[in-house]
Amino acid sequence: MRSTISRRHFLKSSFFAAGTAIAGTGAADAAAGMSDANNEPLVTLIDISRCIGCEECVYACKDANAHKFADPRKPFPRMYPDRVPVEDWSDKRDVTDRLTPYNWLYIQYATAVKDGQELTLTIPRRCMHCQNPPCVKLCPWGAAKQETNGLSRIDSQICLGGSKCKKVCPWDIPQRQTGVGLYLDILPSFAGNGVMYKCDRCYQKLEKGEQPACIEACPEQVQTIGRRSDMIKKAHELAKEMDGHIYGLDENGGTNTIYVSPVPFDQLVYDTGKGKPHLKEVKDTMADGSNLALAMVIAPVAGAAAAVGKFYKYMKEEA
Amino acid sequence: MFYHFKSRRTAYGLILFFIALSGFAQMPIFKRYYIADIPGLGWLAQFYVTHVIHYGMAALLLGLGMYVAVDYFLAHRSSSSKSGTINRASRLTLSAQVKIISLAGLILTGCFMVIKNLSEVYYPHGVIIGLDLLHLLFGMVLLGATAYTWIRRRTWIR
Repeated sequence: MRSTISRRHFLKSSFFAAGTAIAGTGAADAAAGMSDANNEPLVTLIDISRCIGCEECVYACKDANAHKFADPRKPFPRMYPDRVPVEDWSDKRDVTDRLTPYNWLYIQYATAVKDGQELTLTIPRRCMHCQNPPCVKLCPWGAAKQETNGLSRIDSQICLGGSKCKKVCPWDIPQRQTGVGLYLDILPSFAGNGVMYKCDRCYQKLEKGEQPACIEACPEQVQTIGRRSDMIKKAHELAKEMDGHIYGLDENGGTNTIYVSPVPFDQLVYDTGKGKPHLKEVKDTMADGSNLALAMVIAPVAGAAAAVGKFYKYMKEEA
Repeated sequence: MFYHFKSRRTAYGLILFFIALSGFAQMPIFKRYYIADIPGLGWLAQFYVTHVIHYGMAALLLGLGMYVAVDYFLAHRSSSSKSGTINRASRLTLSAQVKIISLAGLILTGCFMVIKNLSEVYYPHGVIIGLDLLHLLFGMVLLGATAYTWIRRRTWIR
């Protein structure tokens, strides 16, 4: 773990100084209007033991983000080849038992046994807001972005709906709506397929210093939002109090959503499938790329050394 | 004496092929258009696999690029110090200059993108989009110039 951190810092300082300058500008821009005074990501801590499954958060999310939902143009353009799936949720906007382009947060029911008693737990599920989000980092068009306050979001004006973000997301969170977005103005039959949607942690409310709608609306104070270091400390305290378990600290290299459960996460029984994310252990999906970045620093040095070595060998032979 | 073109050309050709293929595979097109269904090409639809291949090939390209650049520089220095003039015979052709400029652009934008992909690095959204498009543009210019030189049998050096 220690070596990973030092490698990351080494890489950051080894590449071009201009890269750091760009990153710094980005940090400054994104920080404007955010509430994280120390530029530390914000984390939401979700205490599963408090959730009663009332779905207040679900409806608050729908209300707060209704203006962002898709209004697709129909009929949809014919897409080629025929295998390209049409994904239309516009006539099923009321669905709340899974993630959809019109439902960015849902309540997942789970059962478990604790101290010989069967428990039913209700778990608010939405985007985990990874610390190094593959949906943002691997989007080929830059349609997704991450802000310094830890949230990641997809720009519906730029997204082409290729669904790569969903495929690289360990939890398959983003959901597609066909018939909307930029692809309609480019090559609707041959490239793109709509727009991907997911929780953006109510960025518009955070910019005003308000809390995300799901947190505001919860009558049981299931969620708490705050600086990462504070929330991690609180999560450990909470876990100690209830003899509980934490999810999100290490998953996919760490996420900005942390769950605390009275039952080990691998003992929870719940429905998974389309629009219903799991709660399994997740390795850091971006780690291989980050490790290979080190090779990109070493390779030119090795190349130069080989050429110089060859030159001196030649000069020696000439002499 | 300093130029072992054949082995370099083979290495460069292989790197260019795989880096371009894995680069295009960053877009979700190979599955859509059945290319990943061809036996042996299923990996083209696996984004983490193509991501790692792209990075690996980029490291090899940087290594080879630096080797060739330093070798070229030392060879020139040596030949000009012996003759007192620059060796005109080994000047770059116009197509080679286009390829080198596009390679430099690819390397520069690629480095910024690699930094972007590290944890806790935040770029402004416009910069991310700009880098993505510039990287693609330089890639297309390089492939275009490579195709031209291949068809017209143009060399790197006059």
